[in-house]
Amino acid sequence: MNMKLTLKIWRQSKPDKKDAKGNFTPGGGKMETYALNEVSPDMSFLEMLDVLNEKLVKEDKEPVAFDHDCREGICGMCSMYINGQPHGPDRGITTCQLHMRSFKDGDTIYIEPWRAKAFPVIKDLMVDRSAFDRIIQAGGYVSVNTGVNVDANEIPIGKGIADKAFDAATCIGCGACVAACKNASAMLFVAAKVSQLALLPQGKPERKARVEKMVAQMDEEGFGACTNTGACSAECPKGISLEHIARMNREYFGAKLTSERV
Amino acid sequence: MKLDSKVPEGPLADKWERHKFNLKLVNPANKRKYDVIVVGTGLAGASAAASLAELGYNVKAFCFQDSPRRAHSIAAQGGINAAKNYQNDGDSIFRLFYDTIKGGDYRAREANVYRLAQVSVNIIDQCVAQGVPFAREYGGLLDNRSFGGAQVSRTFYARGQTGQQLLLGAYSALSRQVATGKVQMFPRTEMLDVVLVDGKARGIVVRNLVTGQIESHSAHAVLLCTGGYGNAYFLSTNAMGSNVTAAWRAHKRGALFANPCYVQIHPTCIPVTGDHQSKLTLMSESLRNDGRVWVPKKVEDAEAIRKGQKRAEDINEDERDYFLERKYRSFGNLVPRDVASRNAKYVCDEGRGVAPTGLAVYLDFRDAIKRDGMKVIEAKYGNLFQMYEKITADNPYKTAMKIYPAVHYTMGGLWVDYNLMTNIPGLYALGEANFSDHGANRLGASALMQGLADGYFVIPYTLGDYLATLDYAKVPTDHEAFRATEEEVKKSVQDLLDVKGSKTVDEFHKDLGKLMWDYCGMSRNAEGLKLAKEKIQELRQEFKNNVKVLGTNDELNVTLEKACRVADFIELGELMIDDALMREESCGGHFREEYQTEDGEAKRDDDNFAFVANWEYKGENQAEVMHKEDLVFENVKLTQRSYK
Ligand SMILES: Cc1cc2nc3c(=O)[nH]c(=O)nc-3n(C[C@H](O)[C@H](O)[C@H](O)COP(=O)(O)OP(=O)(O)OC[C@H]3O[C@@H](n4cnc5c(N)ncnc54)[C@H](O)[C@@H]3O)c2cc1C
Ligand code: SF4
Ligand code: FES
Repeated sequence: MNMKLTLKIWRQSKPDKKDAKGNFTPGGGKMETYALNEVSPDMSFLEMLDVLNEKLVKEDKEPVAFDHDCREGICGMCSMYINGQPHGPDRGITTCQLHMRSFKDGDTIYIEPWRAKAFPVIKDLMVDRSAFDRIIQAGGYVSVNTGVNVDANEIPIGKGIADKAFDAATCIGCGACVAACKNASAMLFVAAKVSQLALLPQGKPERKARVEKMVAQMDEEGFGACTNTGACSAECPKGISLEHIARMNREYFGAKLTSERV
Repeated sequence: MKLDSKVPEGPLADKWERHKFNLKLVNPANKRKYDVIVVGTGLAGASAAASLAELGYNVKAFCFQDSPRRAHSIAAQGGINAAKNYQNDGDSIFRLFYDTIKGGDYRAREANVYRLAQVSVNIIDQCVAQGVPFAREYGGLLDNRSFGGAQVSRTFYARGQTGQQLLLGAYSALSRQVATGKVQMFPRTEMLDVVLVDGKARGIVVRNLVTGQIESHSAHAVLLCTGGYGNAYFLSTNAMGSNVTAAWRAHKRGALFANPCYVQIHPTCIPVTGDHQSKLTLMSESLRNDGRVWVPKKVEDAEAIRKGQKRAEDINEDERDYFLERKYRSFGNLVPRDVASRNAKYVCDEGRGVAPTGLAVYLDFRDAIKRDGMKVIEAKYGNLFQMYEKITADNPYKTAMKIYPAVHYTMGGLWVDYNLMTNIPGLYALGEANFSDHGANRLGASALMQGLADGYFVIPYTLGDYLATLDYAKVPTDHEAFRATEEEVKKSVQDLLDVKGSKTVDEFHKDLGKLMWDYCGMSRNAEGLKLAKEKIQELRQEFKNNVKVLGTNDELNVTLEKACRVADFIELGELMIDDALMREESCGGHFREEYQTEDGEAKRDDDNFAFVANWEYKGENQAEVMHKEDLVFENVKLTQRSYK
């Protein structure tokens, strides 16, 4: 049975501006209303937006811009606030994995971009998440060049540790944690990477400098402070656990006490 | 045109070592005088960009997503092969080489495939050193599994997210180089042309996807790591943005396109539900280890299922046709991808498909659950079953899954020599974008291996050999060659905006996809291909006259981006059809109905078709010219694949 929906979508043509000092100027924008009939419950949420966009183009109206690529919940590109929740009402999935059978005929759906000063809106539902890349550039890696000649099985890693590191490593960098947090903190994202590398023997030599540099970059990007409300983890499509934030805090305070940064 | 594959002399096992010794080197202090452009940041591009920057070259890297971490490689699930022989089950470099050559139905170059098997072992070492969390055994050592019917366990994996973990490893290496300033990263930027100066690749023209600005970048060499072209079919397992534009524009500047008709169609994907469908989701190949593939024997039963009057459970055992087990007694449900796909198509063509569209077969776990218990099956496939349920709202523990084949991977691509250089000096192609290692059919878990082999372990050696022949002088981007190319790009973009027709880009893309799927898909014949050629030419004309692209170039314009890509897919589609028509044999993923054995299997013609077909662009509305590279097999004996 096809559904009729009312969509309220954020439309913004001019980008938000953020200067080097961190001053933020919103680009302005507003919620527009669209009626959409013939929505099949088998459609994914993004396919529903495709249908809307085709309709808009046919009517000579500008389609809604949104980020997406894999449509399988792994690239981390899709990023929408749906009825006030990052990635919509279902837990443990991204927007692209959400299907229209989660909605009812006659529903009104509010669709907005991530809202955070560190993620300026580029257009409509698209935001600039390059701050995440810069945090990784600050230290989210192991400093090895191509061509290491150490056999992969030289250093055994207990399955328990390996599995924990893996859990942290599944972060897709979508930014829902920031969008979910009332302080727009990036702690969960940063903690996932710090934790993964702190757990593994390969990441140990640089662990102190890494956490300090990544946290410093996070602060510089204008993300808010973490007050442990846990909204991030609850909305994270990959279920990244708060345990990683705890581990990062330990890493951070440990590093501060015995800092190797001179 | 004479094609020199530059395969080194000597015994197979010594070729790469010898070649590395003979390659010219660039002095470490001089590397910083060379600039290299890397287009694409998937496994191939990110690994190449990071490795070259570490060596000291100045790298500019480009991708169309908002971050290099989101390249399509992120979606790979199953795993990556390497001839480590950690399981002591008889694997070796030669065996991996042999399996890959045979799996490709003897249509790949021996020397390249052997090198791939050789460096496969270094890839795993590299990734582990970066902190890639591969699956481990309780003793702490790396775990392996057997994949895609291989007889040894050589596949390394990270749950169902191997591509993600490998890409994040390469992305972290890349990020480290961005931080040092050796790599300059340009996300949300699409390459629209390559710039040739004196016949050599010296730069690219790109469109900034946020501002629409068309700009040039100059370098001493250009590496295309831009992935495959499966989206020519509209529906595929590829990411929405995957495209052929970079490779196609290079082709139009003279780069040869090899074996465009070699496309891999994966048998286990979630079936199409309706016209709204935008992409298809792969269900891991591993499901065929325990799931049984069947359709009802009787068309009436299938009809009742399609109308929703019956379900899989209502069909009695003796009314089911386990067609793979019936036809292939020894391999059964584990026959290679191409064979499984084709047979699913046949039973659906007979009217025995089980989805409302008529296009689906069952993959049933009932017997496996009865045999092993729910727990065991859940441990093996729990996450996949969950994903399936999210998309279809069906519970595979209770009712049989429905699957249908979908376009998945393209073996064809830009022709490259042993050094990964195209026939245009200074223009290289890596990863899925080149044609080099998989022949007419790719084995599971070997694309990740190839992408990283190319980027980490081949190009860092071979690029220097070319750069050492160039002087350091840079070509400024106000050089007339850059200006002229920029003008052409601007015009082609403006032309699209000026049509102001009435049919949307997506409508064209869907028409193209249907045409390619119907006539140049799982099963092809001369008559159909000829008809498709006529239809595609009409489609191309219609696109020129009637495509509707709103807005302007000077803004973020998603429709315009799509239009550029679809225009190239339509042109490529015609070449795929030409190639499929030319190849009068069946091999791997290319099945020509006229060329089959008595029992309906692919029949190769090694006497006449053991060559790579390389197409040369001759200009608008001109037929392309084919150049052969003969394939010589000195180390393997060509045999007919048999799975009975
Ligand atoms: C669902 C799925 C599962 C798979 N599972 C496996 C598996 O288990 N094992 C395996 O071995 N293989 C698997 N494969 C295949 C494998 O993932 C790909 O072949 C491989 O990742 C391709 O890597 P690449 O680096 O060549 O290109 P991609 O990862 O596709 O990267 C292409 C890059 O080029 C950029 N780009 C493209 N065009 C342009 C342009 N015009 N301008 C600028 N940038 C551009 C993109 O932004 C991107 O960064 C799978 C594929 C799919 C679809
Ligand atoms: S921690 Fe979760 S919500 Fe945050 S970026 Fe990673 S996957 Fe997204
Ligand atoms: S589009 Fe890739 S995660 Fe949603």
